[in-house]
Amino acid sequence: MNRSELLSRFFVITGIILAIGAPLVFWTRTPLIHARMAENGGWNPDVIQAEVGKPLQLKITSDDVVHGFAVGQMDMQSVDVLPGKVTDITLTFDKPGIYTFFCTRWCGLNHWRMRGTIEVSGSPSDPEPSTVPLYVSLNLDLDAPHDSPIVPNEKPSAISGQLLETNLPIDPSAEYYRSHSPYQVFTDLSTTSLTEPQRWDVVAYLWQSNATSESLANGKQLYAQNCAACHGENGAGDGVFADELAAAGESSMQTMEGAMDMMMQSPVDFTDPRRMLGASPALLQGKILRGGMGTGMPMWGSIFTEEQIWDLIEYLYSFQFQYQGAIQ
Amino acid sequence: MTKIELTRNTFIKNALKSRYPQLAVFIVMLVGYIFAILAGLIGTPVGSHNFSIVFVWIAWWAILILVAVPFFGRGWCAVCPIPLPGEWLQRGAVLGPSEKKPKWLNLRVPKMFRNIWLQNISFLLLALFSSVLLTTPNITGIVLAAMLFAAIGLSTVFERRAFCRYLCPVGGFIGLYSQTAPIELRIKDKQICVTCEGKPCYNGSQAGYGCPWDVFPGGLTKNTYCGLCMECIRTCPHDNIAVNLRPFSADLAKPSTRMDEAFKAFIMLGSAIIYAGVLLGPWGTFKDAAYNVGSGTWLIYAAAFLAIIFVVLPGLFTLGILDMKNTLSLKQRFASLSTALIPLGLMFWVAFSLSFVLTNASYIVAALSDPLGLGWNLFGTANTAWQPMLTALLAPAQTLALVGGLIWSARTAQKAANEVKVSSIPVIFYSLIVTFIMLWLLL
Repeated sequence: MNRSELLSRFFVITGIILAIGAPLVFWTRTPLIHARMAENGGWNPDVIQAEVGKPLQLKITSDDVVHGFAVGQMDMQSVDVLPGKVTDITLTFDKPGIYTFFCTRWCGLNHWRMRGTIEVSGSPSDPEPSTVPLYVSLNLDLDAPHDSPIVPNEKPSAISGQLLETNLPIDPSAEYYRSHSPYQVFTDLSTTSLTEPQRWDVVAYLWQSNATSESLANGKQLYAQNCAACHGENGAGDGVFADELAAAGESSMQTMEGAMDMMMQSPVDFTDPRRMLGASPALLQGKILRGGMGTGMPMWGSIFTEEQIWDLIEYLYSFQFQYQGAIQ
Repeated sequence: MTKIELTRNTFIKNALKSRYPQLAVFIVMLVGYIFAILAGLIGTPVGSHNFSIVFVWIAWWAILILVAVPFFGRGWCAVCPIPLPGEWLQRGAVLGPSEKKPKWLNLRVPKMFRNIWLQNISFLLLALFSSVLLTTPNITGIVLAAMLFAAIGLSTVFERRAFCRYLCPVGGFIGLYSQTAPIELRIKDKQICVTCEGKPCYNGSQAGYGCPWDVFPGGLTKNTYCGLCMECIRTCPHDNIAVNLRPFSADLAKPSTRMDEAFKAFIMLGSAIIYAGVLLGPWGTFKDAAYNVGSGTWLIYAAAFLAIIFVVLPGLFTLGILDMKNTLSLKQRFASLSTALIPLGLMFWVAFSLSFVLTNASYIVAALSDPLGLGWNLFGTANTAWQPMLTALLAPAQTLALVGGLIWSARTAQKAANEVKVSSIPVIFYSLIVTFIMLWLLL
């Protein structure tokens, strides 16, 4: 074989090896987290290992539509994950445990199921005593019917309630408010000389006095980002996904592993006084923490902090009561 | 008009005769092609950001249909990487002829396949799945790889470039439209070929290989099957091969007589119209049908696609030329007069391609910086936002292409009709109607 043929072969073979090898090397050395709509697999991988105090660098890309990435119970801004683009993010965990990361964009019908976990290992710097959620210590049955037998004819007004409130036998503490449903407080007020509408107004005032404008605003934001897609912007259970979820019924659940027997239900209507006035904040806390167990309602315990859940609950009652001033 | 012999220029001639410039281009193309396959298979599944989709279906297609085919005919075939690995294996060498020829089967392609019907079928197969193929990197990667392996396989079984000549899905229409290009490879003096002993341009010699495209250069009258591989320039012992600059559409003065080529003209014309309607039109139902490959609606779409191409368009054309009083058979008239649809089809494709190429060209810049979707930014252009280009020029350019195509086709129809001694009016009327349809779909 002459030299020029040999040299040509060398270049051809080098070129082919480079064309195959280079992309494979770069590809295997850049582990990406792929985001897909839950129906098509969700996060991949969906379990990530990390160590306490050691920065965790993630490269996330979307294989279909715009997704968002955030880690539950962490003080972080969610970041957008764009199709075909790579988003870099660095996280540092100061406590060991299992964290949940989740999609923050309404990407598809099963958006709420698009979650994964980060398993952070290491020894805790200062072990915190674990606290039991209020609904557990109150021993509430989250699935028992809790409708209020009496409902007001008009939306109770906190402003009117404030004028009536003085010297009434109610406990203004957060503990009392959180462990009682509006209907229970309404019944507690039956010993007073107030009329029924007046009693409801006092309840509205008590509920507002347990909230601040900041906590309501925070609750409103959390609701808009996480709840409104199903429960509706105005709480009426008519969010953009509500109809689709109902229409998809069981079939939308069957795409999820091990969820064959679930039943899809229509999202709860927070404007229904029967339901809301019969529910205590502690009961709602339980429902949010645990989720709907077999309905379309996901569990939020791994995502929201306790404070966020209380803020959210304060906001949910604003669908029932007329509060002083607009919620920002 | 006269021809200008480009090979008279010694620089051009030497550049074409030497194997090194060609090999250098081949290596670059092959590397790019293999890279595109890998990008399709391992890169982001998001088509608009994947190198394979963006470079093959936007950049390559734009260059092919807007530049290479109209101006260089089979210029793309001259640098196409697909047949190379197979051809190198077949020859046992990547450069000049080797002393030892490998023992492959080297069969002749059976006579029944020595036409472009297989190419018509392979093009239609891709066309029917095009909405998925053009948007799914995985599938693009698989199809590109399949073509490479098909070419290798055919090279080991059959002689010469059987894949290019008889199977390549794009080779068929490039050949058809290359007749309109202002570039040709021809012999200088027929007499020299007649008396030439051994015909090394076809049979090969120590200087080079016999025509890989299975064409005897001495008999070349049109561009259709000459792949511009330049092998005959190297083998001709009499320096009798020339590359000429010539007027556009010179080959169309001699109308085709073959049904496979006639139908190719209808396939291309019809698919340009259908694509303009389905991919660019406002009808969501059509688009859904085209995308849901395998579904019932897709089957209807596929059936309608084939019916328009094989029944409606040729049927109406046949009705138009049915009544002509002529000694030639209807079949001969059909084949000859359909030549007029070649420039029209090419300009339909130019007009259609302008629209999606200008719309999506900005993806090329972004994909260049991050070809594998790994978050790179090689040239600082990875975050270029999608933006249609030259939008103000699009409609005028498309109109110009379509009206120009109509005039070009009418002139071709006159020449073809003269040749077979019939009236050109029905063909011109037919061209007018389909041009109006295309104008309506695009504008």
